[in-house]
Amino acid sequence: MRRVRVAIRHRVVAVIRPARISHQASKFSVVPLADPSAPRFRDGVRAALPLAPAPFLFGLSFGVLADAAGIGVVAATVMSSTTFAGSAQFAIASVFEDGGTALAAILAAVFLNARYAAISITVAPIVPGNRLHRFFRSQLIVDESWALSGRSGRFQWPVLAGAGLLLYVLWVAATPLGALVGSAIDDIDALGLDAAFAILFLALAAPYLRNRRAPQAAGLAVVITLVLLPVAPVGVPIVAAAAACLIGLRE
Amino acid sequence: MTDIWIVVVVVGVATMLFKSAGPMFLGTRPLPPRVRSVVELLAPVMLTALVVTQTFGAGEAVAVDARVPGVAAGAVAVWRGVHLIPAMVIGAVVTALARQLGA
Repeated sequence: MRRVRVAIRHRVVAVIRPARISHQASKFSVVPLADPSAPRFRDGVRAALPLAPAPFLFGLSFGVLADAAGIGVVAATVMSSTTFAGSAQFAIASVFEDGGTALAAILAAVFLNARYAAISITVAPIVPGNRLHRFFRSQLIVDESWALSGRSGRFQWPVLAGAGLLLYVLWVAATPLGALVGSAIDDIDALGLDAAFAILFLALAAPYLRNRRAPQAAGLAVVITLVLLPVAPVGVPIVAAAAACLIGLRE
Repeated sequence: MTDIWIVVVVVGVATMLFKSAGPMFLGTRPLPPRVRSVVELLAPVMLTALVVTQTFGAGEAVAVDARVPGVAAGAVAVWRGVHLIPAMVIGAVVTALARQLGA
């Protein structure tokens, strides 16, 4: 009995250890010598704690909307654990709920998440480990963990990792709960939840509108979407609105 | 069912590649300025389009219904610095009431 447990434990440790060692090594070789006040993993978790209710409630909301859109609880939870990006997931559920196609849902989500290519470049120097580790670790990048990790003026990996992991656990755990809540609600429109999701998108867009050209591009997106809504298949107006960001090409 | 899983897989893989693009492939080399300014506008543009479809979309048509006063109330709340979740509740309640009144 004991031997089996040791063997199992040994195997698990063997899988996890390379990540641990490189993480610890970077901590021990850099932190105590260079800067005793440098942040640790738990500082990241602590930094994200005040935000905790939001991703949990978002996760619940996503589960509710996913259920209304006919995305099953398993698919919704797999999506939360692999995509881990709120706005794109809400976009997919919104397109499906309106009866749009898979292609429209994919394009809307891919356009929304393309920003992570730009975001990930800003933290490229701080993600530790070999290529495979960097691939998995960079999945903890979301808008909130990224913003928290850069608060001190330079990006800090332990903060990003701690905040990202807390947000990830809350987001993934809340999704199936929300789907269960959703399956208990007959008609989310009767509760005005369709309007609530419009407000969610609005609030997600608001911080971006500080970007110099964003209000102009957003205005153009409104026009494109309204013009296409009555004439184009469901989902197409959203995808076509992406053309508005070509305003960024202007000098 | 199949459609949904295609979306789950394609978007999942694409997002993982976007998130690891810097640390895995591009390093610290910044995107060309023009590409960056287009990419930076994608999120606000797509989210704005979603606000429009979620507020006025009704299949292949534009509808002005009970959602409009709800979204307007929620927008004012967000603008006045109300936290997102209470703002969503305000919008939902206003829209639900407007529906009850037959709007």
